Amino acid sequence: MQVETNNEEFEVHSWLGNFLRKLHIDIPLFMGLLLISGLSFVILYSASTQNMDVLYKHFIRSCLALVFMVMLAHVNPYQFKRYSLVLYGVGVVLLLAVLLMGEFGKGAQRWLDLGLFRFQPSEMLKISTPMMIAWYLSEHVLPPRGKQLGVTVLLIIFPTLLIAKQPDLGTALLVASSGAAVVFFAGLSWRIIGSLIVFLGALAPVLWQFLRDYQRNRIYTLLNPEADPMGKGYHIIQSKIAIGSGGISGKGWLGSSQSKLDFLPESSTDFIFAVFAEEFGLFGCAGLIVLYLLIIARCIYISVQAQDTYTRLLAGGLSFTFFVYVFVNIGMVIGVLPVVGVPLPLISYGGTSMVTLLAGFGILMSIHTHRKLLPT
Amino acid sequence: MSGNYFLKNSLAEQRIFLSRIIVAFVLIVVLSVGLLARLVYLQVVGHKHYATLAKENSIKIAPLAPTRGIIYDRNGNILADNTPSYTLELVPEQVPNMDETLQNLKTLLNIPDEKIEQFREHLPRNKRFATIPLLLRLTEEQVAAFSVVRPYFPGVDIHAGLVRYYPYGELVSHVVGYVGRINEQELKTLPEANYQGSYHVGKSGIESAYEVDLHGTTGYVENETNAQSRPINIVNESDPVPGINLHLTLDMDLQKTAYDALEGYNGAAVAIAIKTGEVLVFASRPGFDPNPFVYGIGSKAYKDLQESEDQPLFNRVLRGQYPPGSTMKPFVALAGLENEAISFQHRVFCPGAYQLPNSPHRFRDWKKGGHGSVSMENAIIESCDVYFYSLAQTLGIDRLHDFLQKFGFGEETGIDLKGEKPGLLPSREWKRKSLNQEWFPGETVITGIGQGFTQVTPLQLARATATLANRGNVVQPFLVNRALTPGLVTPATYPREPVLPLKDANVTNIINSMVNVIHSARGTAKALGLGLPYKMAAKTGTAQVFTVKQKEKYNEDQIKFKLRDHALFIAFAPADNPKLAVAVIAENGGHGGSVAGPIAKKIINQYLGIK
Repeated sequence: MQVETNNEEFEVHSWLGNFLRKLHIDIPLFMGLLLISGLSFVILYSASTQNMDVLYKHFIRSCLALVFMVMLAHVNPYQFKRYSLVLYGVGVVLLLAVLLMGEFGKGAQRWLDLGLFRFQPSEMLKISTPMMIAWYLSEHVLPPRGKQLGVTVLLIIFPTLLIAKQPDLGTALLVASSGAAVVFFAGLSWRIIGSLIVFLGALAPVLWQFLRDYQRNRIYTLLNPEADPMGKGYHIIQSKIAIGSGGISGKGWLGSSQSKLDFLPESSTDFIFAVFAEEFGLFGCAGLIVLYLLIIARCIYISVQAQDTYTRLLAGGLSFTFFVYVFVNIGMVIGVLPVVGVPLPLISYGGTSMVTLLAGFGILMSIHTHRKLLPT
Repeated sequence: MSGNYFLKNSLAEQRIFLSRIIVAFVLIVVLSVGLLARLVYLQVVGHKHYATLAKENSIKIAPLAPTRGIIYDRNGNILADNTPSYTLELVPEQVPNMDETLQNLKTLLNIPDEKIEQFREHLPRNKRFATIPLLLRLTEEQVAAFSVVRPYFPGVDIHAGLVRYYPYGELVSHVVGYVGRINEQELKTLPEANYQGSYHVGKSGIESAYEVDLHGTTGYVENETNAQSRPINIVNESDPVPGINLHLTLDMDLQKTAYDALEGYNGAAVAIAIKTGEVLVFASRPGFDPNPFVYGIGSKAYKDLQESEDQPLFNRVLRGQYPPGSTMKPFVALAGLENEAISFQHRVFCPGAYQLPNSPHRFRDWKKGGHGSVSMENAIIESCDVYFYSLAQTLGIDRLHDFLQKFGFGEETGIDLKGEKPGLLPSREWKRKSLNQEWFPGETVITGIGQGFTQVTPLQLARATATLANRGNVVQPFLVNRALTPGLVTPATYPREPVLPLKDANVTNIINSMVNVIHSARGTAKALGLGLPYKMAAKTGTAQVFTVKQKEKYNEDQIKFKLRDHALFIAFAPADNPKLAVAVIAENGGHGGSVAGPIAKKIINQYLGIK
């Protein structure tokens, strides 16, 4: 594939290639992202029932997010390492602020109103948590054990609980997994991983007590959506009908009847994969998943090529989190995971998650393009 | 493995990382294959099934509306019933040509243009696959006419359902309230899933306050349908849970007596059982027929009701705010005694008017020549204004306000209805806040006879009277008998009240004075006492609708009816063992004793079983 062969071992003798390289942009990753962004406009056009206004807003957001990505790609990874603790600290303080404001305001609160725009601190933690863990662990002897392990667990659990309390289970899950991925890549012993799995399994009934009613309902719904087709099960039933009716080759672009007739809710945001699956069928779905895998493969390649422990761990963590993103969204739309509000990365309509995602890719590009030349 | 805990071993770390990355990538690939496998299951194996479902959206989930709870009075009379009714419904998605269909239905069933227009307005607000009613209350003939031609009208069907009916009409319209079509705003706030099959929601009165309990839980039936959208197979089913039947504390016989007795006046009558707080009479006249509201009242009829000078839609018991006039005097007197500002024997000379020191303003007594030297008892019996001007001045507004507040004036009673008005009990603080003015001494004086800023609702007045009769044990009025209907979701909004710390001797003195309002030769309502086989305690009241200017003479015949004073009356009986407390207000009734008094007496007589 073009995307795979275009890495810098093969010199790209073009004006554009040189320009992009000067911008600290990793060309294969950039190509993959552009491809999937282009696809997002095609799908969104159909999913929003050809609403140009939605496309326009999506375009503006994509551009802003891309600019942010390029800016981050410019930053030396050394600076990320240096400010890991600060970014994490600020993020946690903002989370506390949001929670306190929620206490005084009404009901759930995820936003911090900064006047000009609204900011979601939980998004920031998706990046700064793996940064923090990577920094902390890289300062110590690996693999982590004993005291370091305890500190790491606290560093992950604290923001996760704050976000889960908002309540935003989807984001909490992503933050936790981003931190856990870094610990895993740092070489957490298999024995601890094994006992952790057993422990969590035993803890599940206890955690169940802490879930809110609506969160429990989503799990009931997943297990048996037909039990409440008018209410909670509606999303999943309609989503499955849309996907299943798409068949192998799909109904064609703009041909989805389920979302058009208003059967499928949230068709432009969290459930956009169902629209895609209805229109482009199994082939389209397989293609999309492969495209995501290629992007992830490039990210993993970047992390393997990284030259020190911090950047290696951070790159690995970010790559894995991106996969978790894809997996959780598609999993919930096709009815194998509970409905937690996680958008389909780079495709769903909505600004905040796109900025965070592209920021992650910006950091990966920075890690890759700031390597010192070493003799091979 | 590196055994070195103190030195970082870069190479070892890199090796571990590499092995972990490989594990992670394998995991990623495996999970992705898992996703694909699920997609294959949905899109290849299940394709035929889901394609059928999608084609006609062929699993039709039809809601099964629950039966609304029935509302009874305390004797089992039905106040709100469900009667069978046929509704003509359309599913827009399944109607091939809407204009033609509507035109044909219109000629077939004689549907008025107004209904067609209403339907067209509703159309864009609903989902295309939702069922929308076109015509409610079909006659047997219409049902028969449509049934014959039904196959020619795809997407149109007749639904047999139950619709609300209020047999007592205007008599209890303000208590029971009514249900009406769910409007756009309610659509947003009501729990969507539970109202899938419901067209109606409680709009006022008990119907609104107890909506959650009366409505019940919607069931559903999941039908597999054929291409013509006719059900061929039930896939899944769950029965609706009917709403809870409510038993009100209201006594319809008493209610009717009260409502009839108010004839000729706009006004209100409330009766509360003193020992329990049960509201037996809750009459607001004029009422209105709630039945047209159920089907959507015509705009003309609604406008007439709204613009009528008599304000039939106005719930006077709950929301009418009136100056209490002299009915306030027993409470003011008690305030004087409890604060030890004066004794029961304290006398005041009444020359027919009262003046504050250093002020030319004359506060007039209703009796031009004055009452002479009066004791507190006589001041209540004869309703001497000057005595209470003087007492209010002695007490001061702060003590007066604080004491009257304990009887619930100036705040909602907390009865189980929505939209209650709090009335107004003036204070320095209130005046500074809402009028941005200092309190003037003259305002204290008129507060003593229930004029000025003071406003009470009939319900408040009845409650305060009941609390006085109950010797300070606060009576909490309520309408739904919760003992008969356990498990209500609607919370009892009313709080449990404390007992007012009143001196028994003071209460006895006030009650005895109120007995003599009826049973002594000089009482302002002595006419009611003739031949009465039990002792009644009462107080008359006359509330000024407008202020008589200084030195101007007041003549009842000369002023127009609408400007005449409101007649008020509070009473409880039997005086030695109080059972029922009553408050009556007849707007523009003139004098309280002669107009409102007889109404209260009729209610009490009937309650005590006296002809």
